[in-house]
Amino acid sequence: MKILSRLYIGLILFFLYAPVLVMIVFSFNSSSSVWVFEGFSPQWYLGLISDSVMLTALKHTLIIAVLSALISTVLGTAAAVGIMAIRNKLANKLIMSATNIPMMNADIVTGISLMLLFIFVGKLLGLTESLGFVTVLIAHITFNLPYVILSVMPKLKQTDANLHEAALDLGCTPVKAFFKVILPSISTGIATGMIMAFTLSLDDFVISYFTCGHYQTLPIIIYNMTKKSVTPDTYALSTLIFIVIFVLLIFYNMLSSKAENKAVKRRV
Amino acid sequence: MQKENIVELKDISVAFDGETVLDSLSLDIKDKEFITLLGPSGCGKTTTLRLIAGFLEPDEGDVVFEGKKINGVPAYKRQVNTIFQRYALFPHLNVYENVAFGLRIKKTPEKQIKEKVNEMLKLVNLSGFEKRSIGTLSGGQQQRVAIARAIANHPKVLLLDEPLAALDLKLRKDMQKELKKIQEQLGITFIFVTHDQEEALTMSDRVVVMDGGKIQQVGTPQDIYNEPENAFVADFIGESNIVDGIMLKDYFVEFSGAKFDCLDKGFAPNEAVDVVVRPEDVDIVPENTGMLTGVVTSVSFLGVHYEIIVDIGGFKWMIQTTDEHFVDDKVGLYIEPDAIHIMKKSKYSGLYGDYSSYSEELDLLSEPQEVEE
Repeated sequence: MKILSRLYIGLILFFLYAPVLVMIVFSFNSSSSVWVFEGFSPQWYLGLISDSVMLTALKHTLIIAVLSALISTVLGTAAAVGIMAIRNKLANKLIMSATNIPMMNADIVTGISLMLLFIFVGKLLGLTESLGFVTVLIAHITFNLPYVILSVMPKLKQTDANLHEAALDLGCTPVKAFFKVILPSISTGIATGMIMAFTLSLDDFVISYFTCGHYQTLPIIIYNMTKKSVTPDTYALSTLIFIVIFVLLIFYNMLSSKAENKAVKRRV
Repeated sequence: MQKENIVELKDISVAFDGETVLDSLSLDIKDKEFITLLGPSGCGKTTTLRLIAGFLEPDEGDVVFEGKKINGVPAYKRQVNTIFQRYALFPHLNVYENVAFGLRIKKTPEKQIKEKVNEMLKLVNLSGFEKRSIGTLSGGQQQRVAIARAIANHPKVLLLDEPLAALDLKLRKDMQKELKKIQEQLGITFIFVTHDQEEALTMSDRVVVMDGGKIQQVGTPQDIYNEPENAFVADFIGESNIVDGIMLKDYFVEFSGAKFDCLDKGFAPNEAVDVVVRPEDVDIVPENTGMLTGVVTSVSFLGVHYEIIVDIGGFKWMIQTTDEHFVDDKVGLYIEPDAIHIMKKSKYSGLYGDYSSYSEELDLLSEPQEVEE
């Protein structure tokens, strides 16, 4: 039984990761063949570095990911604090559902509707080109927001309601009390939310595709590359993205398990 | 004890969602006294505390601090500090930083902070714990940190919201003494909230008994115990037999079918009253010499004394005695004039003081922490 279950897990992992492994292997192929491995070479990676289109796209992706993660973290944390402060249970539930729906919504719907909105507003403002840096940034903040709220909210709920009052009691103004007492106790939630937002933004294709205009990000460049012919530099690039996201996810899991341990300890 | 009032509550009313929590409550709190707000849960004692702390504003009435009205002054500007029921220590700071918190907010020089924190930790017996994180402390130690953190700010009034409720009995008794000692040492006003009558009696200069958003009685622990104002107070503080009586004239009362001399006066002739007799003030005598006679219906041994229930004409009395008696014994009761306390009728009349539904087990279940002295 034990052997069988191990075998089963092994198979699952194999099928999950085989494609990625093949991709990684072929990204080091010395020829451009997609099926024969002819020798080890880092040439595709070196090629990427000298590819200016690629580098620009990378820059765009990073700028959007960093900015959208930061902004959505600030907005999302503020929103979570605000939602917590709503005493009315019905209003509270309604707002939480309204926050969650965009998460469930199909990316393509979010993408198209955002694009329509941006073009509409752009026309109203009389812009010749309504899609670009600002719109893709707004789009990313939009889909990141619920994830941040959802990771901050449980931390807020765990925080002793008296902590805020204790800080006021000791002479803090309400704003100071928030920064000195509440913020430190929800910091792990904020950090996990931010990493989540960064990761989501980094690999988003669908929504970016509809909202970026000429401000193209890496996933879109990759997609465009595959339209011509699939070359190993695509593998190299995808491998890099995979590794970055893999590392981020490990970091994210470490953070959230650490936060959980802390919470357990406090309860004991 | 003629001292100035440090806090005055004037005709305070508070309602939550249309439900009255405090009903035109007025109370003067004197400087440097240890005053306890005592009452069952929901009586409004914590609400009163929060009004003084500034976490809550009254719907009606004034909160006065050192002669100045402080309605609308936010909590962080008030010269009072609170010790919360579950301590509310800051988990991300160590012991030292928790105690230093209030001083840092006031931008006290680092050297002074250090001196003050060390002094406070010494006062609560926690020297050497500076670097410890809050999560590693026991309940009692956390309690001490909370005390040190609050008094490091030199409050004029310290508010304590059932601070000992989470501690076990032994620790609670120790902390009671220690709190009292700290209060005397620092010479600041303590306003203490509890539902534990024994705690209130042992620690306080004055006790405020509250129920239903109203003050039932204010007085020294002795006043409250010996001269309860109404049936609620008599029942809430200690054990009492409360029977219907008729005040025939001054110093003379009739109850349970017999007439007694007593020490109370000032009632109308033949006024209906509540009569309180504490279980320890009744002497059991042979049946033929008793002022009242009855049958023993239950006996429990509590170590220091027996607690026996005697049926007198259908009303069950509780009597505490060191002599042994047995169920179905016919006994006589002898009551001294100074053991009888007469109270005016109130809305609480007839609700308390009859031990017919009394059972040791039920009592233990409903109030697991109460132990008779």
